[in-house]
Amino acid sequence: MNEDHKTKAAGEDPQDLIPKLFKAEYSNLVAVLCNFYGFKNIQQAEDIVSEAFIQAMKTWSHKGIPDNPKAWLRKVATNKSTDYYRRNKLQNEKIFPNYKSQISGEVQAPVFNESVIQDSQLKTIFAVCHPALSIDSQICLALRILSGFNIDEIATALLSNKESINKKLYRGKKKLKEINPDIDLLDGSDLGDRIDGVLRILYLIFNEGYYRTQAEQAISQDLCWEAMRLALMLTQQKSTNLARVHALIALMCFHASRLNSRIGAEGQLLLLDQQDRSHWDSNLITKGQQYLNQSARGARVSKYHLEAAIAYWHTTDSEDKWNNVLRLYNKLLQLEYSPYTALNRTFAYAKSHSPEKALKEALKLKLDDHHLYHSLIAELYHMIGDKKKQIKHLDQAIGLASNPHEIELLNQKKKDLHR
Amino acid sequence: MKDFMMLFHSVPNMEYQPTPEEIKAEIDLWQDWIGGIAAQGKFKSTNALGYQGKTMHSDGTITDGPYAEMKEIVGGYLICTTETIEEALELSKGCPALAQGGKVEVRDVMIFED
Repeated sequence: MNEDHKTKAAGEDPQDLIPKLFKAEYSNLVAVLCNFYGFKNIQQAEDIVSEAFIQAMKTWSHKGIPDNPKAWLRKVATNKSTDYYRRNKLQNEKIFPNYKSQISGEVQAPVFNESVIQDSQLKTIFAVCHPALSIDSQICLALRILSGFNIDEIATALLSNKESINKKLYRGKKKLKEINPDIDLLDGSDLGDRIDGVLRILYLIFNEGYYRTQAEQAISQDLCWEAMRLALMLTQQKSTNLARVHALIALMCFHASRLNSRIGAEGQLLLLDQQDRSHWDSNLITKGQQYLNQSARGARVSKYHLEAAIAYWHTTDSEDKWNNVLRLYNKLLQLEYSPYTALNRTFAYAKSHSPEKALKEALKLKLDDHHLYHSLIAELYHMIGDKKKQIKHLDQAIGLASNPHEIELLNQKKKDLHR
Repeated sequence: MKDFMMLFHSVPNMEYQPTPEEIKAEIDLWQDWIGGIAAQGKFKSTNALGYQGKTMHSDGTITDGPYAEMKEIVGGYLICTTETIEEALELSKGCPALAQGGKVEVRDVMIFED
C-alpha cells in the first residue's frame, strides 16, 4: 500500500489523491489517537485528523505531494495531537491549580505502525459498538470512524439525511465521552458478550447494503464489503477469532457471491430462483464454505451459523436441500423470532412437505397485515395451481406494499399470470 | 402474555430400538412441530428428557428410574408464551407425542413478585 502511494503520488493531483487517502487513512489515524488519548476524546481525535487533511490539501497544492503522503499525514496528526494535549494540560493547570491532568507527566506522542494501527482499529470496533450507544449511533459511528464514510455517504447509504446522521453521530460521541470505554482485547471474558453486539452491528451494516434495490448500488455494495472487512479484522486477534465470527463471515460470503446477480435488468430485486447462477461468484462461495467449516469448531450454535448454513444450501442443487433448509429455519426461529424468518420457514415447509400443508402453517402466523405474507400465500396457491386465489393474494400484497420496486415485481407477476 | 408449560407424557417402550433413520425422522417430526410454534413467535424453550433417572424419597431412599412406579413418563417439556391456556392447548395439537398415544399436559408457569 505504502509503495503504491509513493509511486502514484508524484504526478497525481492532490484533489484526486486526498479523497482516496482519506478513505484509507482517516480511520487509522482516528483509531490510533482515540486509543492513545482515550475514547472520551473521540471528537478531538476527529478534529485533529480533519485538520491534518486540510493542511495536506493546502500544503500539497502549492508544494506538491510529498514522497510518502501517508507518513506525512501521520507526522502532522502526531504533532497536532501533542500540541493540542500540551496546550490543554498547560491551560488547565494554570486556570485550576488543583487540576489533576488526565495525562500525568509529559504529553507523549502516539506511535503509528501497522501493529498499533491494527490493534487500535480492533479496539475502536468495540468502542463504537458499545451497548450504551443506540443501535443507530453505533452504525453511523462505525461507518464514519471505522470506514471513513463522509456524512453524505452515510446518509445515502442509510437512506437518511445529513441532519439525522449528524444527530446520531453527535449523540454517539457524547455517550462515548461520558463512558470513556476501556477496551482490553486480552480479556476474553468481557469481549465474549460484547462481541455479539459487534457482530450484530456488522450484520446490520451488511444487510443494509444487501437488501437494497437498484438505487445507489455502488454505495450499498460498499456497505457489504466494509462489513466483511471489519468482520475479517476480528479474526486477526485470538480473543475475537471466534466460531460465530467465522459463521457471520461465511454468511456474508454466500450472500455477497450473489451481489451482482440479484438485480434484474429493470433494477428490481430478483429472487434466488430467478437469478442466473452462472453469475454467482464461485470464489466467494468457496470462501464461505471454508469459514462455515471453521465455524463448526465452536460449542455454541449462533444464529449466524444457522443463517450461513441456510445460505450454503441455497448455493447447492442437492435433493435434500429443502429438508435441510426447513430444519435450519425451525432451529433459527427457536433462537430468535422474526416475521421474515417465519415466512421463509413456511416457504421451506411447502418445498419440503407440500404447499397444502404449508398453507395451514401460514394461516397460523397471523401476519395478514404484511405484504410479504400475501406474497407467500399467493406463491403457495401458485404451487397448488389455484390461479384465482393467487391473484386475490397478489392484489392484497400490492395493496399493502410500500416499496415501488416490490409493487412492480408483484404487478409483473400478475401480468405474467394473464398471459 | 403468560408462560405455559407443556409436559409430554408417554408410555416408554424399552424394547423399541429405532434405526438412525427412524431417529432422524422422529427428530424432524418434533422439530417441525416446535418450529411451527416458534414461527408464531410463541416459543420460549424446550428440552427432551432421557430414560436415565433416580428418585429421592422422603425417607431418604433412592429408587432407580423415573418410571419404576408409573406406567408413563414425562419425555420432555416445552414452554410457550400465549394469552390464554386455551391458546396453549391449541398449540399442543400436532405434538408428535399425541400421534404416538401419549398426552400433553398444559400447566401455567407461576411468577412470584418479589
